[in-house]
Amino acid sequence: MSFNVDVSLERASRRIDICFSSEAGLTGLFGPSGVGKTSLLDAIAGLLRPVRGHINVSDKMLFDAEKNIDLPPEARSCGYVFQDIRLFPHRNVRDNLLFGYHLAPVKKRWMRLEEATDFLDIAHLLDRQPRTLSGGEAQRVAIGRALLSAPRFLLMDEPLSSLDSNRRQEIMAVIERIRDELHLPILYVSHDRSEMDRLAGRIIELEH
Amino acid sequence: MQPLSASEWAIVTLSLRVSLVAICAVLPLALALAWLLARRQFPGKLLVDALVHLPLVLPPVVTGWLLLMAFGANGPIGRFFERTIGLGFVFHWTGAALASAIMALPLMVRAMRLSFETVDPRLEQAARTLGANRWRTFRTITLPLVTPGILAGAMLGFARSIGEFGATITFASNIPGQTRTLPLAIYSSLQIPGQDAEVFRLACVSVILSLGALVISEWLARRMSGGKSHVL
Repeated sequence: MSFNVDVSLERASRRIDICFSSEAGLTGLFGPSGVGKTSLLDAIAGLLRPVRGHINVSDKMLFDAEKNIDLPPEARSCGYVFQDIRLFPHRNVRDNLLFGYHLAPVKKRWMRLEEATDFLDIAHLLDRQPRTLSGGEAQRVAIGRALLSAPRFLLMDEPLSSLDSNRRQEIMAVIERIRDELHLPILYVSHDRSEMDRLAGRIIELEH
Repeated sequence: MQPLSASEWAIVTLSLRVSLVAICAVLPLALALAWLLARRQFPGKLLVDALVHLPLVLPPVVTGWLLLMAFGANGPIGRFFERTIGLGFVFHWTGAALASAIMALPLMVRAMRLSFETVDPRLEQAARTLGANRWRTFRTITLPLVTPGILAGAMLGFARSIGEFGATITFASNIPGQTRTLPLAIYSSLQIPGQDAEVFRLACVSVILSLGALVISEWLARRMSGGKSHVL
């Protein structure tokens, strides 16, 4: 099972109940804004503590309220691609990419810097500062940074939302390759139905 | 204008030593308090905030008297230091350093707290998901991003410390070569007729040191916030 989630979350004094499981390579989370999609990703990454329930990804329990399991974010091996990108402004592209790589245990690493830069076509950006990158370039660097941290699964929060349509096609192709070539479970948030239909093997619809 | 005499140079170097030691010693405390106030919610936060700011609003003579009660030869903390490491504060330059550290602390904490607040916690979250624990995240993400703010706060504290008078004279007294820093020396010279030239020279040094520290601090703070001033 890729994702097996049954949690209640509290965000801004509102309670959100989410329960689903999925075996698809790429699971889409679809729903109107404010329904709690990002909160769910934060909970899976360990950045937001659910008030009850459990989170199991690729047969590893990350959170279980009853058994008192709550792994810290750094122990979850999760590659989180944020909607607002969040590259480190004081490090160049190379050091951003290698941040998680250096922290991962050597035997758990499954991608090298050259492989990631080839895969994402960002080798020419290595010495640039994040603020000089275009939206599409920054998004590819953020994806590379997540992949190089030796994740067991990916969380992607509207990775196409800040891009124009040409760049969208390009990043979408990258995501399809991650799904098909790297066999990494992906939980993918979007509010764009066509994007979902193209990418997701299974779509979870969230409602208010 | 005549250059500084040997005894005036001694006053300047004593002042610099007192202020440098004071700022370096109080820096970790200021940093911890700034982080705590910027990033943590805890019971009694308002009280801690108020206590940190107290030296800013209390009459300095009261701060000096409180220091005397706590760190004096008969004060509980003073006795502890005397017995364990043989470090006395009263009548000693370390006392002047302690007094100016306490007086500089509120300004340092204010400046550093503002710089912690400018660091986006979402960057720290990103670092956590990439495998960095709390301490590593602090060292590799938070600290480098607040460094200009920390230096700005330290320079501001230095400027305040160079000018410290009331708490120092109350707590550590006015001992030549030990606790007679620039402001105390200026005050002492003012008591003696015919010392106008010395007063003028020491006052000039005082203005140059304070102004220099303030300008550097402001420059660092502007760099940090991309044009807008934080400190002044």
